[in-house]
Amino acid sequence: MNSEVTTVMKLRTIKRHLREGSKNILRNGWMTFASVGSVTTTLILVGVFLVLMLNLNQIAENVEEDVQIKVLIEMGTEQKEIDQLENKIKSIQDVSFLQFSSKENELERLMASMGDDGEMWKMVNQDNPLNDVFVVKTEDPLDTMDVASRIKSFDYVDSVDYGDEVIQKLFTFNEYSRYVGLALIAALVLTAAFLISNTIKITIMARRKEIGIMKLVGATNGFIRWPFFIEGLLMGILGAILPIIIVVTGYYYLYENMKDRPLIPFIELLPFNPFVWQVSLILLGIGAFIGIWGSVMSVRKFLKV
Amino acid sequence: MIEMKGVQKTYRNGVTALQGIDINIEQGEFVYVVGPSGAGKSTFIKLMYREEKPTQGSVLINGHDISEVKEKLIPQLRRGIGVVFQDFKLLPSLTVYENIAFALEVIEDSPKKIRRKVMDVLDLVQLKNKARFKPDELSGGEQQRVSIARAIVNNPKVMIADEPTGNLDPETSWQIMKIFEEVNARGTTVVMATHSKDIVNTLKKRVIAIEYGRVVRDEQRGDYGYEA
Repeated sequence: MNSEVTTVMKLRTIKRHLREGSKNILRNGWMTFASVGSVTTTLILVGVFLVLMLNLNQIAENVEEDVQIKVLIEMGTEQKEIDQLENKIKSIQDVSFLQFSSKENELERLMASMGDDGEMWKMVNQDNPLNDVFVVKTEDPLDTMDVASRIKSFDYVDSVDYGDEVIQKLFTFNEYSRYVGLALIAALVLTAAFLISNTIKITIMARRKEIGIMKLVGATNGFIRWPFFIEGLLMGILGAILPIIIVVTGYYYLYENMKDRPLIPFIELLPFNPFVWQVSLILLGIGAFIGIWGSVMSVRKFLKV
Repeated sequence: MIEMKGVQKTYRNGVTALQGIDINIEQGEFVYVVGPSGAGKSTFIKLMYREEKPTQGSVLINGHDISEVKEKLIPQLRRGIGVVFQDFKLLPSLTVYENIAFALEVIEDSPKKIRRKVMDVLDLVQLKNKARFKPDELSGGEQQRVSIARAIVNNPKVMIADEPTGNLDPETSWQIMKIFEEVNARGTTVVMATHSKDIVNTLKKRVIAIEYGRVVRDEQRGDYGYEA
């Protein structure tokens, strides 16, 4: 892609670039500080946002996973017919989970769920008003409605129950929130990349004279570019340190607090380990990428001397 | 060694800086380029290290037309030519040692060789004791000696200088000229644009005078020929 005189770099030259790149971090003290600072600021935002988004996503998924279809079997259906129905439901492709639950079983669960108040149901034990039930789950929760309406049309089915309207709304909400979240993260990263490359551009602008001198002495573009590449990488990594510390400690306290007394029962945070490390890795990656991208893009402009 | 044939240089803004230039400089020569400000001296010098390309004609170094050299081979061309400027053009963040070593790192010399060559050349310009200094901690004369050291550390066949003593007081200028003579004595061709009447008239060399973009005088052991 560019004008290198020597195509194969000697090991000592690679070492030289590594050394110069890291030395430049110190040589350009304040400029480095400005660049690293802007990486840090934006990565803190990205980090906090990422933690929120991924957890919300997880909660949404948990709720979706709990969605099930209750197939109420007509009263007085024979065991043979129940078996037929079971096979029919099984044969639906999207069904991933199918379990029979007798009406006695259902009554017990109902009583258990009501605690002490459930005791009164004991009286009706002989005359159980409930139906035998198939509990059905689908591979993709989004198929729930479709599958439910198909089952409804089968013989021996009294009715199906899956909290239709609520589910419909929940799914739409989850879907939108996912897209919005992704869009926000993308926008944030792009803004960050833009801001940072600008900061780095300013720091390199101050060094355009140096680049000109290097070319006069016979340095190839590649030779000039490499230390900048290393410098950008290091700045990105340095800029990621503080955000990572903040995310790790912040999430640790949040997680420990929520674990002992959950505010809302079904809100369960992603486990501290490995989640924070994954987020840290993402932050490190974004930092490194932005640092390299910013410095290499800016140097490119000045190489055409 | 250095040959210009029918060279014309017209800048993009329409200004013709040089025209009808035909000169030939032999290996080992020492040449002053003189003339009033704006006469085209700097352009003449810039053509020799391919900072500028001629609009017409050709510039040959060792028989190779450098105006035809591809962009990607320019670095290699420059490594064979030492260039010294009026404003020194040192890298401000590097030490004296690192500035000189840079010219050798570019050609991927071994650290051992680099160390030896840099120390040798620092000896020649008498700055061994300032190797660890930064350029802004040095006087003008010292900075120019560093830039000369950088220019010759590769043992180039040609050294080109654009008013190397322009920013220096007379006494310091003479120190610089002494180094130039030593470099020339080692067989390096020296081409030097200058405004210094004193130097040209005292250290007699070949003089090429440029006025209004043309060579108006070219004589061995010539005089400066202008009022200083």
